[in-house]
Amino acid sequence: MDNNMGHNEVKPDSVNETDISIQYMKRNVKRDITEKIVETIFLLCALVGVLSVTAIIFFVFYKGIRPFTGEDAYSIKDFLTGTKWAPSENIYGIFYMITASVLSTAGAILVGVPIGVLTAVFISEIAPEGLVKIVKPAIEILAGIPSVLYGAFGLGVVVPLIMKITPEVQGQSLLAVIIVLSIMILPTIVSLSESSIRAVPKKYREASLGLGASKIQTIFQVVLPAAKSGILSATVLGIGRAIGETMAVMMIAGNPTAGMPESIWSMVRPLTTNIAMEMSYASGRQSEMLFATGVVLFIFIMLVNITLIKLTSKAGEK
Amino acid sequence: MEVNKKPKFEVNNLNLFYGDFQALKNINMNISSNEITAFIGPSGCGKSTFLKTINRMNDLVPGVRIDGSIKLDGLDIYSDIDVIKLRQRVGMVFQQPNPFPMSIYDNVAYGPRIHGIKKKSVLDEIVEKSLRQAAIWDEVKDRLKRNAIGVSGGQQQRICIARALAVQPEVILMDEPTSALDPISTQKIEDLAVELKKDYTIIMVTHNMQQASRISDKTAFFLSGEVIEFGETGQIFSNPRDKKTENYITGRFG
Repeated sequence: MDNNMGHNEVKPDSVNETDISIQYMKRNVKRDITEKIVETIFLLCALVGVLSVTAIIFFVFYKGIRPFTGEDAYSIKDFLTGTKWAPSENIYGIFYMITASVLSTAGAILVGVPIGVLTAVFISEIAPEGLVKIVKPAIEILAGIPSVLYGAFGLGVVVPLIMKITPEVQGQSLLAVIIVLSIMILPTIVSLSESSIRAVPKKYREASLGLGASKIQTIFQVVLPAAKSGILSATVLGIGRAIGETMAVMMIAGNPTAGMPESIWSMVRPLTTNIAMEMSYASGRQSEMLFATGVVLFIFIMLVNITLIKLTSKAGEK
Repeated sequence: MEVNKKPKFEVNNLNLFYGDFQALKNINMNISSNEITAFIGPSGCGKSTFLKTINRMNDLVPGVRIDGSIKLDGLDIYSDIDVIKLRQRVGMVFQQPNPFPMSIYDNVAYGPRIHGIKKKSVLDEIVEKSLRQAAIWDEVKDRLKRNAIGVSGGQQQRICIARALAVQPEVILMDEPTSALDPISTQKIEDLAVELKKDYTIIMVTHNMQQASRISDKTAFFLSGEVIEFGETGQIFSNPRDKKTENYITGRFG
């Protein structure tokens, strides 16, 4: 800003006609100031995101580390390896929740990624235009449905169906969570895989077909391998979505206060629902333990993000 | 001199339309085996379209319509031969080198593998033989596991030729195979084409008239979807019968 100040005396109305050309060449102070102001506004906008993430990290870690420090510190080992959550007895073990989060995410990826990738192949390589016009918007709408409605759907449809076949007494289960999460990650998987499949140069397909490969052989031997990094990124984003999903999962997971999941019929309590269920009324140590749960969740999300950055930068190098 | 030789391809009254646009008009041509046939002509004259019709790569273009016939050894390629079998017998090398983003070995082994050859020793043999035939074995034999995208454009093109040869085709179509290459690589591909015609029938589209006159046995001159003149390369270049051919080869247009 400083260098603009010196030119402030120049006033357009104080020059005569012959100076107009010189006047034209002079620095336009007003414009320079406007530009600076607008640039500053951009910077401030960009800072909102950066500051928010810093604040959240600081806040969650500050609160979440507290129970493990000071005089009556809780053992981190007990916290991370315990399989019982009983705030009234001062027992806070989240290992069974970590297991639940990992299992439900892994299950959702195992089911959702193949379905999503094959849908993407169908949309981009096989389906006639008319069908694409139905399938694609359907997937896109799926992305816009609020997660509470997924939960309601899970509770109203998936859980009763599971009730019919489960050996347990309830339908809320790891399986219900996996099914609903698989559907929820579909839009992410489909749209990212589709764009990476579409980005595979036509020349690869021509080369393969020209060698006498069939369409399906070409898709599986050439197109999908060439789109691999995009599909991997889609998978990682899907993991991020599945591990962080709360509302829908809470409604169908069963959320027991203890016990490792023993089968897909078992009730589970992922990390996210633990926080959401108790945060509204918790105080003191219990509240801090919920933040500690948040720290663990956060570490998982960070791992997912680092993987994603690694993957995409590698793809860029190629 | 070889009047009695049975043609590899017989093309009769071939017309091709993209929607309402007629890209090929009444093409009649016999293409002989173990020769290099060159297609020349200005951009958009239909020479590449015709080349792609020979192994039915045009099937991929939506709205394409064909009438007339192309016969390979007497069998109609649209009605008597399965398209997959046709493309095994009639391989193609494209204008831009297009190796797959995988190892050199996997590129060359791709065709045999999709046609059901799984045995490592057999594949090894095919890969080596094909790369030797394509005159690139010595340059890449120590780095067969390296990604084919990492070698030079000229080497990529010869790997693509090896990849086409690995399917053991009878005919190789080349669509301006040297237009993206430097003169030295071009020379290598040309020498290779001459070498390959002993075992294969080669049909080549080229923008480069010197190339056509250097290596081809027969030349067809295309203009606006028609074959203006087709004959011995020597005759076409030294003594063209049609004024349009003469104008084109002397550089008056195109």
